[in-house]
Amino acid sequence: MGFDTAYEAITEESDSGHRWAFGTGFTDPLAGVDTSVPAGVDGADLAAYCLMLGDDALIMSHRLQQWLTRAPELEEETAIANIALDLLGQARLLLSRAGTAEGSKRTEDDYAFDRTEREFRNVRLAEVADADFAGLVARLLVFSTWRLALLVRLRDSADPVLAAVAAQGVKELTYHRDYAAQWVIRLGDGTDYSRQHMEAGLAAVAPLVAELFVPSAVEERLAGVAVNPAHVRAEFDAVLAEVLAEAGLTETEAGWLEAAGGSGGSSPRGGTVGQAGRDGVHTEAMGYLLAELQSVARAMPGATW
Amino acid sequence: MSEGGMAEEPRSNWPLFEVFLRSKRGLNHVHVGSLHAADAEMALHHARDLYTRRNEGVSIWVVKAADITASSPDEKDPFFAPSGDKVYRHPTFYEIPDSVPHI
Repeated sequence: MGFDTAYEAITEESDSGHRWAFGTGFTDPLAGVDTSVPAGVDGADLAAYCLMLGDDALIMSHRLQQWLTRAPELEEETAIANIALDLLGQARLLLSRAGTAEGSKRTEDDYAFDRTEREFRNVRLAEVADADFAGLVARLLVFSTWRLALLVRLRDSADPVLAAVAAQGVKELTYHRDYAAQWVIRLGDGTDYSRQHMEAGLAAVAPLVAELFVPSAVEERLAGVAVNPAHVRAEFDAVLAEVLAEAGLTETEAGWLEAAGGSGGSSPRGGTVGQAGRDGVHTEAMGYLLAELQSVARAMPGATW
Repeated sequence: MSEGGMAEEPRSNWPLFEVFLRSKRGLNHVHVGSLHAADAEMALHHARDLYTRRNEGVSIWVVKAADITASSPDEKDPFFAPSGDKVYRHPTFYEIPDSVPHI
């Protein structure tokens, strides 16, 4: 059979009634995965850990979605939307897993829409607003570098669901990190004006970095299931140093890593044990974010469409 | 950037790139649309984000629209009309075997 149009050619395999707009050959990351809680793993701890990783993705995704209609170029807007969708997909799997792990029958929607601010376990880096596009790519570079390092190790988790989510997420995060790094390099190595904004963006996220590497009690108890974030600090520092050097921000680099709590430095906010995002202690930005995220579910409880 | 963009005059718009995708089944690259990007590398990223979101392709080509030499609509008749009545140029007088799918 021949093809009359480009889209016919690129979307062959449409025998099963798919229209081209939906593509073909999609895969379910959890296909064939055993979803029972592995023996010897505490269900409540596993659920708490899934909420941490799931909330990071959910809240970061929402912040990215707020960039839609505000991005500097149409093409960037689509890129940001794709990244937000990837993270939302991870959040859905992880929040659903929290429900099965805890045995509570709570759904992903219950977790996303019916919890209050203090019940969210995301790191504060995910929730803060971006001053401008340079601020966004700085935050995205830090977030995706950190999360990619975690998910790479999480592929070997004793929990098959976490391992499957991580295997899918690694491919996604690799792209997110690449996207952010490219922009940090372009802006850092661009004009004086773009460089100023890039430096300001990096400075804004530096105080929120140390918190990413402080292991919670849950992560320490779940050895073999969870990844201890303290173990990915060296990799994170190496990646950031490489990107900042490529961006011509070498003077920024040394000071930044110190301000971010690496290389022997310390951060006042990251060092406050028990008072960080993983403990449900958030910044002022979080309340406004949740008010928007949950507005429909709060106004019309149980609504379906 | 490495491509010497700093030496150029500042632009108010990014140049246009044309995007070609190859499908999973290993046919040829086909034109699917265009986009704006600062350089070829960014154009590849944008093409990935704009044109492969629904699992359409496994290989992308991008080329600056300005680098394409196209036939002009004014020359349509001299260019294409002479082939219109030469039906014998089409291989329609042959039986095409079922095992040759892409002709």
